[in-house]
This record gives sequence, C-alpha cells and structure tokens, in this order.
Amino acid sequence: MTSASQGQQRELLSLRGINKSFGAVHVLRDVDFDVRPGEVTALVGDNGAGKSTLIKCVAGIHPFDSGEMVFEGSPITIHGPKDANALGIEIVYQDLALCDNLDVVHNMFLGREVKSGIVLNETEMEKRAGETLKSLSVRTLRSLRQHVSSLSGGQRQTVAIARAVLWNSKLVILDEPTAALGVAQTEQVLNLVRRLAENGLGVVLITHNMNDVFQVADSIACLFLGQMAAQVRAKDVNNTQVIELITAGRSGDIGLRPAEAAAVGTV
Amino acid sequence: MSTSTDQPVSQFEMETTPGQGGLGEASGAYWERIKGGDLGALPAVLGCVVLAIVFGVLEPDSFLTEQNFANLLNQGAAIMVLAMGLVFVLLLGEIDLSAGFTAGTGAAILAVTLTEHNWAWPLSVLAALATGVAIGLAIALLVARLGIPSFVVTLAFFLALQGAMLLIIGEGGTIPIRNDAILTIMNKNMSVVLGWLFAIIVIGGFAAATYWAILTRKRASLPVPAISVWAAKVVALGAVVLIAVWLLNQERQRPNAPIVIQGVPWVVPLVTALVVVLSFMLMRTSFGRHIYAVGGNAEAARRAGIGVANVKTACFILCSTLAVVAGILLASRDNSVSPTTGGAQTLLYAVGAAVIGGTSLFGGRGKIYDAITGGLVVAIIANGLPLVTQKSGIQFIINGLVLLLAASVGAISRRRAAATGR
Repeated sequence: MTSASQGQQRELLSLRGINKSFGAVHVLRDVDFDVRPGEVTALVGDNGAGKSTLIKCVAGIHPFDSGEMVFEGSPITIHGPKDANALGIEIVYQDLALCDNLDVVHNMFLGREVKSGIVLNETEMEKRAGETLKSLSVRTLRSLRQHVSSLSGGQRQTVAIARAVLWNSKLVILDEPTAALGVAQTEQVLNLVRRLAENGLGVVLITHNMNDVFQVADSIACLFLGQMAAQVRAKDVNNTQVIELITAGRSGDIGLRPAEAAAVGTV
Repeated sequence: MSTSTDQPVSQFEMETTPGQGGLGEASGAYWERIKGGDLGALPAVLGCVVLAIVFGVLEPDSFLTEQNFANLLNQGAAIMVLAMGLVFVLLLGEIDLSAGFTAGTGAAILAVTLTEHNWAWPLSVLAALATGVAIGLAIALLVARLGIPSFVVTLAFFLALQGAMLLIIGEGGTIPIRNDAILTIMNKNMSVVLGWLFAIIVIGGFAAATYWAILTRKRASLPVPAISVWAAKVVALGAVVLIAVWLLNQERQRPNAPIVIQGVPWVVPLVTALVVVLSFMLMRTSFGRHIYAVGGNAEAARRAGIGVANVKTACFILCSTLAVVAGILLASRDNSVSPTTGGAQTLLYAVGAAVIGGTSLFGGRGKIYDAITGGLVVAIIANGLPLVTQKSGIQFIINGLVLLLAASVGAISRRRAAATGR
C-alpha cells in the first residue's frame, strides 16, 4: 500500500521464534510474525491454531516462554496490559469490551478519563471522541450521548475500534470484529479497518472469513497447529491457497515442508 | 484522514443533547424516553402524588396538616440516607442486607459513648462513623477479595450485628440520648429567615450549576439545550422547594398552643448536603464513573484498567458509613437507642425506597436522588397508613404490595428498555 510504495518497509512489530506452552500443551512453536505500519495484516488459522494465544502474548496478558519481540526497531518485553498500552498497542475484543449502561463518550474514555482537578472534563472528552470518530469518517452514530445498549453490533464494534484509536495507538489488534455482524455492518467495519491502516496504524485482523481477508488485508499470516505456516502478501495468493494453508499447513510450494506438516498434523 | 477533511462538523452531534429545539422538543424527547422504558423518577413522583391524594381524601384532618408534613420528612430522612448508601451497593449489582443493623450498631456506639462515657459529641459521631467504615471494609474484603456472594456475607452480618448491637446496648435495653447537638438534627427547626435563605441557596445553586454546565458546553461549541428548557427545570424545582419551605415555615401547633413550632427541620439541609456531595461524586468524578462501569460490565471495566475490587470496597464502605449516619438520625429522632433502632424493617424500607426511586437491583442503573423520591413514597406510606388503619397486619401487607409493584414497574421498564435498545 502507500507506505510500502514509499519504501517504508521497516516492521512496526516483529516476533521471532516465539514459543508458548500451557503446561504440557505446546501452543506456539517458533512463531515468526511481522506487522508493518499502514498495513492490515490478517492473522488466520483454524480453531485452536494459537491465534488468540499469540495476540494475548502481544497484549501482555500471557508472557512468552521464549522468543524475541521488536517494536519500532527496538527489542521490548511486555509484562502486562498496561505496558502494551503504554507502547501504543491496543486490542479490540470481540465481546465484553463495552459497558451497556454508559454512553459512547464514557465508554471511549473508560478507565482513562480526562479530568480537570477531580472533576470529569465531559466537554473535552466529548470533543475528542467526536474528533476521533470524525477522523474515522464514522457516520452511523445518532448521538455521542446515547447509551451503548441502544447501538447495533456494528456500531458497538465501531465504538470499540474508535476507543483503541483514541490513544495515539500505533498497533491495533482486532479479534474477529465482524464475527457477529450482518452484511452491511461487516462492510462498515471493514471500511473502518481499512481507514485505520490508511491513517498509518499497523492493524492486525483476526478472522475466519476469507472474504474479509481478501477485501482488506495487505499481508496474510496463517497459523497451523501452533506453527506459522506462512506469512505472505495478499496479492500473491488466492482463496484456495489460504484455505489449504489453514487446513493443511501448506499449499504448493508455500507453507510448512511436507514432512514437517505431516509431523505436526499427527501430534 | 484524507477522506474526512471535507466532512461537515460531525453530523451525529445534532441529537447529542435533547431539548435543543426548545420546550416542545424536550418534552417530546422525554416522552420518547418514557415510552422506551427509561422511566427515571416518574414512577416515584407519580406514586407520591397518588398516595398524597389517597391519604388526603381518606384522612384530610390528620394527613394534610403542616405538622404531618414536617413529621413525614423526619420519618423519611433516615430511610433516605440509608437508601443513598444502598444505591452505591445496588449499582454494583450487589446487596447489603446488614445495613439496617449497621445503622443500629452505629447508633448504639454513639449512645454508649455519649451517655455512659460522656464523650464529646463530635468524638462519639466519629467513633460511630469509624464503626461503619470498619463494618463496610470487612464486608468488602469478604465479597470483593474472597469472592463470597454479597447476599450471604451481609446475611451473616445481619445476624452478627444484631447480636453485637444487643451486647453494646447491654442489659438496660434502652439508652437515652441527652446531647443537644445530636437531638437538634431531628427535633429542632431552622428559623423562618434561615429557611428562606436555604431555599434561595438550593434554587440558586441548582440554577447556577446547570447554567454553568450549559455555558461550558457552549464555549466548547458543543450542542446545548435551549435556554427555555433550563428555565423550565429551574422554575419547577423552585416551585417545589418554595412551597415546601412555605409549608414548613407555617406555625404547625394546634391553635392557642403555648409554644410556636415552625421552620424547616435541621435534617433537611443535612440530607440536601448529602445528596449534593454524593451526586457530585457519582456523576462528576472518575470514581463514580467506575462504579457504573463495574455495575454495567465488570469484565469490560477490568479490561479498561479499572481496579474492580477497589471500587467494590469503596462502595461497601460508603454504604455502611451512610447507614451509620442513618442510625444517628434514628437515634436523634427517638431521643434514645434501643435494640429496635434500625434493623430489618428500616433496611427493607430503604431497599424499597431505592428500588421505587428507580435504582436497578441488577446493577448499573440508579442515581442518588432515587433515594429521595423513593424515600418520600415509603415515608408517605409509613406515615399515612397508620392514620387509615391501626391493624399492623394490613400495613405489612400493603407495604409488601407496594414493594412488589415497584419491582414490577422496574422489571417491565427493563424489558421495554431491552426491546427498544435503551
């Protein structure tokens, strides 16, 4: 995309040789993963492939067992969600992210309220929330002061994404943002995802939906049973190849080596 | 960014604030909210009016007197303060069944230290409040840290505090209170002039605060409600306050009585101050915002970096401390403390007050002034029923029915709210 064509090839986030076990279960094996700024990187894989574990490690919820993480060119270690937030890494969860009984502004600033003295600065928060939504060309909200309970699934997802962008974040990770949405709403959210990348952010999109992947992704990373089968440019592959990578770990000459894939598959 | 530079000033701000189009539009928006299941203070206000009319028709000579109006406020005050404390706990979706006996225990501490140990009254009040803090902290540790359901923990405290209260009060059964400062709260009135001054401060304060909020929004070029809407609210509040103060400033003894009793009871400014301070805390500080967040979706609050356990702890401490304040009011009203001060009846009245006022038992919904409007309904029933019927059996049944009615209204509006997405 634009940033790539300008020669801005440096990775925003790069993971090398990541391993993670829960007890006897080896969930991630030597995973490499790269995210560039201004691009949407789709993270795909079947259930149990390790997608959630990988992003939870990036978000600081679980520590890695081994491997290195480089963010904006410098090696980092993340000890908790606050560390990740401080670096500019935000996660938008599929659910459980918003309080129904609070309005849009309150939700966007939840836990990080703007105050003057001890008093909440509602006008400042409303202004900044409005500006952020405007910068994302969000037009579907009736009011900034309506309760989140009155929003549709797509609108909620929009608010959750806008909240992640509000904090000058650099990397936004979206966990199945379109899973529960209808056609029109999915379209809206995907447009929003695209706009995040156009605004220069690194975006990681976790999804099961191949249409979503090919509609917005610049790069596709396929996890297969805890191994990174391949991370490829979206324009270099087609739907069938990606599905083969997800289900078998290889497709033609990309992906895991046949012996390797077979070995992993039989574990 | 490039896609949004030519956008007009954000289109969704049009409906940010209801009432920009003036009174008509504001009342339309209010009606929409009611229809959508967001009843707010309406059931409680309607309840007050209906009950006042019913009792007024049945017992015009005893219910509709200035004397009884003052009584009503005195009877309701402790319930209202207890209900304010419960609002904090109910907002979390928790319950404090022990609050009634916390009130009694606090009152017992006050009475024992005042009367039997001759402490200065500020010291006694502090000791009672500290007891409340300690009880709240203990409950909170068990609920928020250990994860025991609040229903069970506070049921245990309900029983244990009942015992503690008996032990503190001792064999005598009743401890009289003779301290003037404590007795003044419930038994003395402000002078007529002071009463009017109080009314002006309340109305002026409300008008100034709400106008200031409008000005701030205007300066930030955010949409503001029309000035006529603001004026209507100020006039409505002003009318209620002025009529109440005027009634209380009337001589309320029987004709030719030797002493004159008139003026606003001192408990009224005390409760008003509590409402202002607690509402400010709940609506204007991040602590209050976090309470709503935890009550609405604890997991979302946790992920947003809010210390859920800390918020819960603070709410239980607030509840128990306010319960002790209610206990002090009860002690002042009765001029004494006995094992029946506070207790289960007071607690149920207070829970009823909060629920009738519009606070949800499921958490996340409720305001401090719910305790006032709901408390008024409960106080009117508690005050009017004994005038109509002496049979306490009938009184209990009617009390039960009113609470059920309030809970049903709450449940129906919740379903409507869910259906219309509010």
